[in-house]
Amino acid sequence: MLEAIPADQLKHVGKKTDRIDSKAKLTGQATYVSDMTLPGMLYARVLTSPHARARIVSIDTAKAEAIPGVRAIVVGDELDYRLGLYVVDKAILAKGEVRHYGEAVAAVAADTLEIAEQGVEAIEVVYEELEPVLHPLKALEADAPLVHPDLSDYSYMEAAFTPQPGTNVANHTKLRKGDTAKAFEECEWIIERRYTNPSVQHVPMETHVAIVQWGHDDEVTIWSSAQSPFTLRNLFCTAFGMSHQKVRVIVPYVGGGFGGKAGIGIEPLVAVLSRKAGGRAVKLTATREQEFSLLPCRSQLTYNIKTGIREDGRILAQELTMYWDSGAYADYAVNVTRASGYSAGGPYDIPNAKVDAYTIYTNKPFGTAYRGFGHVEFFWGLERHMDLVAEAIGMEPLEFRLKNTLGPGSTTLTGEKITANTGNITKCLQTAAEAIGYRKLTSKEKAREKETGLKIGKAVVGLHKAPAMPPFTATTVILKMNEDGSVTANLSLVDYGQGTYTAVQQIVAERLGFDVSQVKVAFESDTDRDPYDWQTVASKGLLLSGNAAILAAEDLLKNAHEVAAQALRAQAVDLAHDNEKIFVRHHPESAVTFAQLAIGYAFPNGNSIGGPLVGVGRYIAQGLTHLDKETGQGLPAIDWTYGAHGLTVEVDRETGEYNVLKVVSVFDVGKVINPDEVRGQAIGGMLQGLGTATCEGYIYNEQGRLLNPSFTDNKIPTARDLPLEVDAIAIETPQIDGPYGARGVGEHSMIGVAAALGNAIQHATKAELTHMPIRYEDVWRALQKREPVDNWITKSPYGSCRSAPEIIKHDC
Amino acid sequence: MREITLTINGESYTREVHEHRTLLHFLRDDLGLTGTKEGCGAGECGACTIIMNGAAVNSCLVLAAEANGSVLETIEGAAKDGTLSALQSAFHEHHAVQCGFCTPGMVMSATDLLRRNPNPSRDEIIDGIEGNFCRCTGYEQIIEAILAASKEGKSHA
Repeated sequence: MLEAIPADQLKHVGKKTDRIDSKAKLTGQATYVSDMTLPGMLYARVLTSPHARARIVSIDTAKAEAIPGVRAIVVGDELDYRLGLYVVDKAILAKGEVRHYGEAVAAVAADTLEIAEQGVEAIEVVYEELEPVLHPLKALEADAPLVHPDLSDYSYMEAAFTPQPGTNVANHTKLRKGDTAKAFEECEWIIERRYTNPSVQHVPMETHVAIVQWGHDDEVTIWSSAQSPFTLRNLFCTAFGMSHQKVRVIVPYVGGGFGGKAGIGIEPLVAVLSRKAGGRAVKLTATREQEFSLLPCRSQLTYNIKTGIREDGRILAQELTMYWDSGAYADYAVNVTRASGYSAGGPYDIPNAKVDAYTIYTNKPFGTAYRGFGHVEFFWGLERHMDLVAEAIGMEPLEFRLKNTLGPGSTTLTGEKITANTGNITKCLQTAAEAIGYRKLTSKEKAREKETGLKIGKAVVGLHKAPAMPPFTATTVILKMNEDGSVTANLSLVDYGQGTYTAVQQIVAERLGFDVSQVKVAFESDTDRDPYDWQTVASKGLLLSGNAAILAAEDLLKNAHEVAAQALRAQAVDLAHDNEKIFVRHHPESAVTFAQLAIGYAFPNGNSIGGPLVGVGRYIAQGLTHLDKETGQGLPAIDWTYGAHGLTVEVDRETGEYNVLKVVSVFDVGKVINPDEVRGQAIGGMLQGLGTATCEGYIYNEQGRLLNPSFTDNKIPTARDLPLEVDAIAIETPQIDGPYGARGVGEHSMIGVAAALGNAIQHATKAELTHMPIRYEDVWRALQKREPVDNWITKSPYGSCRSAPEIIKHDC
Repeated sequence: MREITLTINGESYTREVHEHRTLLHFLRDDLGLTGTKEGCGAGECGACTIIMNGAAVNSCLVLAAEANGSVLETIEGAAKDGTLSALQSAFHEHHAVQCGFCTPGMVMSATDLLRRNPNPSRDEIIDGIEGNFCRCTGYEQIIEAILAASKEGKSHA
């Protein structure tokens, strides 16, 4: 869909354009599901498990039922449905056994929130506590308790995943490229180390919320803060065995998602409450604590990297082993495992690779998609490891990277050939290096070191990511011309803040030759009225919906020109148009306005032709394949967005305290559609990445109880945490099948930040860090080579703060 | 229940409220002023920030009964006669809005800041909005918007 239009001829693409949604949001008029009430609506509350693993001995709801105003109570035993995105492993409410702290056990719908809360408090549950399995590596041991003893009975997506009944393995993604065993024999150095990070919460400012009305004749309407209305509908219908036309999903403004609202969440629970309450609408808003534990998080990862290097510094082989902690349910974690597996080597040319990526069930809140889809987690290890290897072989880290980058002619881990249009990782790395003054300190920085006594370190890391999506991922955009010649676009990609709707507006205006003010992209997606989109995930929205928008604009113009040709008694080839009218090129005064054509053209005598003008654009991913289950070979990537993060930090070598001075984010976005939005994604994702890197993470006690499910104990970055200086730079190597050459950048902004911080701290202090988040005390411990002390945080066996494991240098 | 009377965005309201009702829920659920958002209900995130008697407060930490006789300003009153305030316009122009859920609270905190300090430094702006979480923007474009509005010198109007 690339059109080679010189930038100076583009009117809207690449130009400063206001967001279409900001005025509604700035005035408080944008309505989110959390703002909505319906006539007769009931309010719901959920009773959650205080245990990581326990048998439910009994649930007594009698006292709750007696409370005036309680209208419906549901418990797991009365529900015979199972949910699952890829592995169908989850009940709507726990049945027989609770599998994680915070799991939903019972729910109450009542006249008011207060009564619902009283109802939940009056439910008496007797548990028999069972020994939980908390660490993924322990869960792999032969005598580990099974989180899902019935795994063999579950259905799953067989084309992509491999659950292993009788174990805690929900999926094992394998990839084999070349021959690592043979390649290691030819290596001068082989270096191995293990890297870890804990689970993290997405923290959308609007917690998950849904209103469901289970109406007469099983007509179900769902208003949800979901990212993906059609996938939500599909999963809902599959779980309840319903026809898709019976279920309507409406998604208005959404207060952030970051992957956490991608699949199906609380909607089925709210639906069964509504059904039990006789079809009254029921609203459930997750509390902030429930957002951390009832709803899913990002998976914990243990990543083992073994790298073999040839004498000249080329990576010859890598063995990459990932242990993804899925928590109690597989949800997206199995696909995070798969997507991370096939890009596990980063933007580097690795001729021989062996990847084994396991998704492992444990008794913890479950993992799902989170901005970056595994890449934030594994790039922490991978890019720390690149520095480790560089140091071990005596090469400058950036030089080592540049020697090994993917480029035209090289192949990815899955065997995909890289071309000149795939993007330019080398340029990203060099640009980031230049922007932070890599390899040297400026005179200002030297003066700062002198003044503060702190040591400044700098690092540059690379990154890449392709959308993780099925080969048949598709979308539609419909353009409707209004009576005045303006157009309205309908699509089911959800704009929950990324700004894609504004980009679609610019693309439609560009292709139509209209002003942006003539193009509306309608907020509120409705599966009954809007066309299909697979999901709003994976940074694929701009590429797929952008292409569909171009096709819809072309279709609309073709239809308009056809009617104009008749109206003007001209040949279609002789027609041209501006933003108001279609005219005959050689007789411009012979013209008909879009307003005259919009709902059908009427000749002066009343005869009419045409009818309301509509343009339809459908786009489906081209040329992708499933991956071979044994070798991981195939074509999974519609596009790769490359990028680099450059980071400057100053560190107190005595205390381990540090300040992030500067972060530069560079992405090869193909083509900038909206400069301010690229910058917003870049900086927003960068700070979210710094949250992951510096302070966020789930902490459990030894019984698997989550200790920090709140903003008091799990901070996210505030304005105070913004680095002193931030910058975002776009490289534009056009994507041949991207709209105007563009590719996505929503997730990439977060990917390299943590490793860049770890590397810069090491550069400044020699602190060996292999676990993130990196808190000041972790830097101090690494510098002192001290093991964690047993305080309330570190007594968590599997939370933050592990000291660096030993580097394994194999004899060669 | 007790009766309270207060002024919100220049309009007077008299209602019966439960003693334990928070001001946030009073605004949102009893009056339908849903522009003010709830992010945590515990005074941590700032999404529910409004201006009460001339000072920014987390409305989730104030009881409606406590606000009896108060003068409140919420996001619904920020634009006058269909025109965005200079601060709102600056947010719009600087792309300081993404998902928009923190936006009303952020605008109210910034309004309060600019009234107290019409020409804040970057650091003073950071101080002023430090209590307002935003998960989307990384704050940079918000800070730039507030700086731009302060330079226009009419943001507190």
